[in-house]
Amino acid sequence: MPIAIKDIFCTRGVKTTCSSRMLANFVPPYDSTVVKRLKDAGAVILGKLNMDEFAMGSSTENSAFFKTLNPWDTSCVPGGSSGGSAAAVAAGLCAASIGTDTGGSIRQPASFCGVVGLKPTYGRVSRYGMIAFASSLDQGGPITKDVTDAAMLLNVMAGSDPLDSTSVDAPVPDYARGLKDGVKGLKIGIPKEYFIEGLDREVEGAVNGAIDALKASGAETVGVSLPHTEYAVGVYYLVATAEASSNLARYDGVKYGLRVDNAAGLLGMYRATRDRGFGAEVKRRIMLGTYSLSAGYYDAYYKKASEVRTLVKRDFDEAFKKCDVILTPTSPTAAFRLGEKVADPLTMYLSDIFTISCNLAGIPGMSLPCGFTSKGLPIGLQLLGRPMDEATLLRAAYTYEQGAGWHKKRPAL
Amino acid sequence: MPITKKDVEHVAELARLALTEEEKELYTGQLQRILDYVETLSGVNTRGVPPTTYTVPERKAVRADTVIGSIPQEDALSNAPEKAKGCFRVPRIIE
Repeated sequence: MPIAIKDIFCTRGVKTTCSSRMLANFVPPYDSTVVKRLKDAGAVILGKLNMDEFAMGSSTENSAFFKTLNPWDTSCVPGGSSGGSAAAVAAGLCAASIGTDTGGSIRQPASFCGVVGLKPTYGRVSRYGMIAFASSLDQGGPITKDVTDAAMLLNVMAGSDPLDSTSVDAPVPDYARGLKDGVKGLKIGIPKEYFIEGLDREVEGAVNGAIDALKASGAETVGVSLPHTEYAVGVYYLVATAEASSNLARYDGVKYGLRVDNAAGLLGMYRATRDRGFGAEVKRRIMLGTYSLSAGYYDAYYKKASEVRTLVKRDFDEAFKKCDVILTPTSPTAAFRLGEKVADPLTMYLSDIFTISCNLAGIPGMSLPCGFTSKGLPIGLQLLGRPMDEATLLRAAYTYEQGAGWHKKRPAL
Repeated sequence: MPITKKDVEHVAELARLALTEEEKELYTGQLQRILDYVETLSGVNTRGVPPTTYTVPERKAVRADTVIGSIPQEDALSNAPEKAKGCFRVPRIIE
């Protein structure tokens, strides 16, 4: 199977840049576990895919090298940060691709590009050799043309890894096996906090259509509440940037990557290297993370955010007592235009409002196509599941996909 | 909390970032907006709520102390910006 890889996974002997000037010439001496597993299973690695620098962004406009366009409308963004991965699958440049998801970076671009994207449970897929952004949130997963391919790729990617102490030591079921078992009696939770003002009418209509279709297939719907949803973006931008500021401290010009030696000693070299190597969004997040971890602010910001994170997680624990999966829109809107949100970081951050809670809680989530806007842009449906229960997500997704048939539509390029 | 240019300079120093005057002005405004937004968290009652730092219930923090293969020295140095005698070379730090 010809597969392309987000340029955040280390590939032995093949340049791995994370779309950053910092790593423009970095050639890893080892394979990430995900790439190794794919190779061992016979996959052909076609190449590496564009992304927001260090996976920080929601439009792939933060790549240090070039922009990626949405195959459905080249004046629109493909989403991000795995924008290259989603666009490549939508455009038919590869059979499938691999992305990473820290706050929606697999699901949101999959939604914008009309393909399937799966973020597994935190720990289900090894993070070894996956360049770190926010270590407690990052998770790799497949981006594919349909649900069956996602299940097959997860079969290969999932599993415990001695090289990642946070990978979960649990057996990997055959995710492709139960796909056709249907959704009769499956309880689908509809959280009221996700159907709010600001949700695009066409998106809402398409998602409601999917709910009706799943009901017609025998599923039951139940209203659920995730009351701390409104705090998720705030929690995320404190937790993720704090972890990022620590993770990105390694780019110091000493062992690998860019070095800018301005003859001002070691400290001068650090500063010059990081100034030249990092783009604006990466610097902004390092600044925010460093601020919230610094003396005097830690309790008010990082610690508080970590506590509210617990409440976000508990919301899901409660909701999953009443339902088997939760159904929401993936993003409040379809793909936005290139340049539309570049000037205002906060507006860009808010486009991740429906995908972020999933990472904070560590649960699995996926996006699949559920229709198109009047302008022909894809709309994505998000399914969230219990920890380690990717199988139920995939079964519900497959049932809907086979009835709806959106996955057969391809962009006219 | 209001952010000043001085705060931004202090944080940049901690983060080993060299910012231009223009960047300092830009980040002062942008960080202020983001921090105003996250201020909503301060209204959430978290008394008695433990923080979540990882969502995996059990971590394999301890493993058997067995020797496994490691990256050979030559490979480990293959991306070094500057190297000498099998080591990473850095600017002088001791006078």
